[in-house]
Amino acid sequence: MTDSRFAGSDRYIATPELALAVNAAVTLARPLLIKGEPGTGKTQLAEEVAAVLKRPLYEWHIKSTSKAQQGLYEYDAVSRLRDSQLGDARVHDIGNYIVRGKLWEAFESQAQPVLLIDEIDKADIEFPNDLLRELDRMEFYVYETRELVKARHRPIILITSNNEKELPDAFLRRCFFHYIRFPDEETMRRIVDVHFPGLKRELLAEALASFFRLREVPGLKKKPSTSELLDWIKLLVAEDIPPEALRADESKKSLPPLYGALLKNEQDMHLVEQLVFLSRRAR
Amino acid sequence: MLVRFFLELRAGGVPVTLPEFLVLLAALESKVAWLSAEDFYYLARTCLVKDERHYDRFDRVFAEHFKGAEKLFQAFVATLPAEWLKAMAERILSEEEKQKVQSLGGWEKLLEALRQRLAEQKSRHEGGSKWIGTGGTSPFGAQGYNPEGVRIGQGASRHRRAVKVWDRREFRNLDDSLELGTRNFKMGLRRLRRFAREGAADQLDLDGTISATARNAGWLDLKLVAERRNAVKVLLLVDIGGSMDDHVRICDELFSAAKSEFRHFEHFYFHNFPYESLWKDNRRRHAERLATHQLIRTYGPDYRLIFVGDATMSPYEITMPGGSVEHWNEEAGTVWMQRLTAHFRHAVWLNPEPVQRWDYTLSIGITRELLGGRMFPLTLEGLDRAITELRRRSPATPASAEAAPGDAEAGDLPRGGGPFSPSPSPGAA
Repeated sequence: MTDSRFAGSDRYIATPELALAVNAAVTLARPLLIKGEPGTGKTQLAEEVAAVLKRPLYEWHIKSTSKAQQGLYEYDAVSRLRDSQLGDARVHDIGNYIVRGKLWEAFESQAQPVLLIDEIDKADIEFPNDLLRELDRMEFYVYETRELVKARHRPIILITSNNEKELPDAFLRRCFFHYIRFPDEETMRRIVDVHFPGLKRELLAEALASFFRLREVPGLKKKPSTSELLDWIKLLVAEDIPPEALRADESKKSLPPLYGALLKNEQDMHLVEQLVFLSRRAR
Repeated sequence: MLVRFFLELRAGGVPVTLPEFLVLLAALESKVAWLSAEDFYYLARTCLVKDERHYDRFDRVFAEHFKGAEKLFQAFVATLPAEWLKAMAERILSEEEKQKVQSLGGWEKLLEALRQRLAEQKSRHEGGSKWIGTGGTSPFGAQGYNPEGVRIGQGASRHRRAVKVWDRREFRNLDDSLELGTRNFKMGLRRLRRFAREGAADQLDLDGTISATARNAGWLDLKLVAERRNAVKVLLLVDIGGSMDDHVRICDELFSAAKSEFRHFEHFYFHNFPYESLWKDNRRRHAERLATHQLIRTYGPDYRLIFVGDATMSPYEITMPGGSVEHWNEEAGTVWMQRLTAHFRHAVWLNPEPVQRWDYTLSIGITRELLGGRMFPLTLEGLDRAITELRRRSPATPASAEAAPGDAEAGDLPRGGGPFSPSPSPGAA
């Protein structure tokens, strides 16, 4: 089992350092914390790892209201209360009212699973601290039924964060960490290649040039990222935009076509429009 | 040797702990990274560094410590048979690149020269710190194949320049000089939250219901509670115009972050220093003003007062009656500041000017003194300290000992006390 290595897939380009981080996490069965700009494929990584290593995938998406306990199990006291009032026989076994969480499901999995804990920074500041023992020992205790749940196989845990909250040190110590850097032009070319195999060379070159130029614009609130680039290229292909329309000297004087896919807020659009206006006047 | 590296990392300001170090050793033992300096670098970083802000510090220590150590890998590679090297290169290179190689004289010649160069360098650079050919002076380098550099035995990495990864220090910008944005401010301000239950009781209190039902001999006794809400109250006074023009953007961001973060949030503007009146809409600053006295009467002492301003002006504007640049003020700015800080015991001043300049500006010193030293730079770190100050139960000024627990503060302000006081609308939820 240990010889299966992750090195990206035909749908996902992983840089060697990312692949190494994943492999280290898999080999040593430690959680891997992934950070990076939005849209650099953090969440997708888990899907790809599961697909490449042929493991079942469990996804736990965190919201601001999520509690660590929900990942383990929940005791449905209200149903039990209702059943007791109705005189249901099920009420005598408390186990009937224990609802399993994602972590429990992953622990019970027959093959070694991949568990994605998505956007852990969205939850309350105490959330990661509540999972320390569970991630460390891969076991937890169900107080209602006095049962110890142990993982059959230590899951491969991938955790993503958007850096909205600082994570506690005790939690970080138990994880591997990797920061996904924004891809350079070469990596970007490979990523686009993977998504649009038949793309015309010159269109790709022009689109990338135009994209990286846009990222260079100082003062943008949200720089366009990989997923936005892919959306944009999808649009360019669908609209059959000729590469000439994206040429460098042209786009200084006008906005790139369909730029709505790249810039996601009003201020940014306004800023770019203004810059274009200025450079047109300066001519 | 790695123990020293570990200690150096700690000395270099990377917060590494022993368990993390042991994990790295375990990873090395299970051969996650093998025979490549670059892989080792990435593995060590993945194991030991848990925050991209520390990547740069790590890179620096790594470069310092492993200076020359790559020679070990190099020496190993130098003994490799040519066939292996060639096969390796074949696998890595694209067609295009192979043609470039041809133009340089073909494989045999290239490898020959490489061998020679390796031997030469070993004798010449015994204590040297560079890979052969770094910086593109020779066609050889260990980091990535490009027309000027052949990569030796390092797997299919895509780095194309012959500079060591850790010497490039790409994460320099991330090191603590975090770009201040609305989000960051919000995260900073979030620490000021104080939750309290207020408003209509419309949520099921499960624990309360269960214990009440149990006490009721098993018959349902529903209990409801009000929703928990952020009960902290913030009053933001912002300096506007004049020297503050340089800081418009950062103030903007702080403002929009604060506005969305707090439910009880009010803001007013002043120019250079707060005097007897303030205004809310900068376009109608002369028409609609609020007397500072009224401000003090309207907002209770449980409001946290935050000044934002560069406090850079002539000292007379603070200390003398009539010192204001805009109008004739009957009482000096110091008097007004004392009134404000006496009423609002939780008060801080955030200053967008760099701290280094504070000592050279007299007016900043005066303002700082007036606030009892509670002036902080308008950076994430400064905001953090300011929030800590605002959270303190017993504020720095020796006021009445009101040691109310934070959650109970929702009730401190007399309801409906002033024209601006938030009405506790029961149906709003």
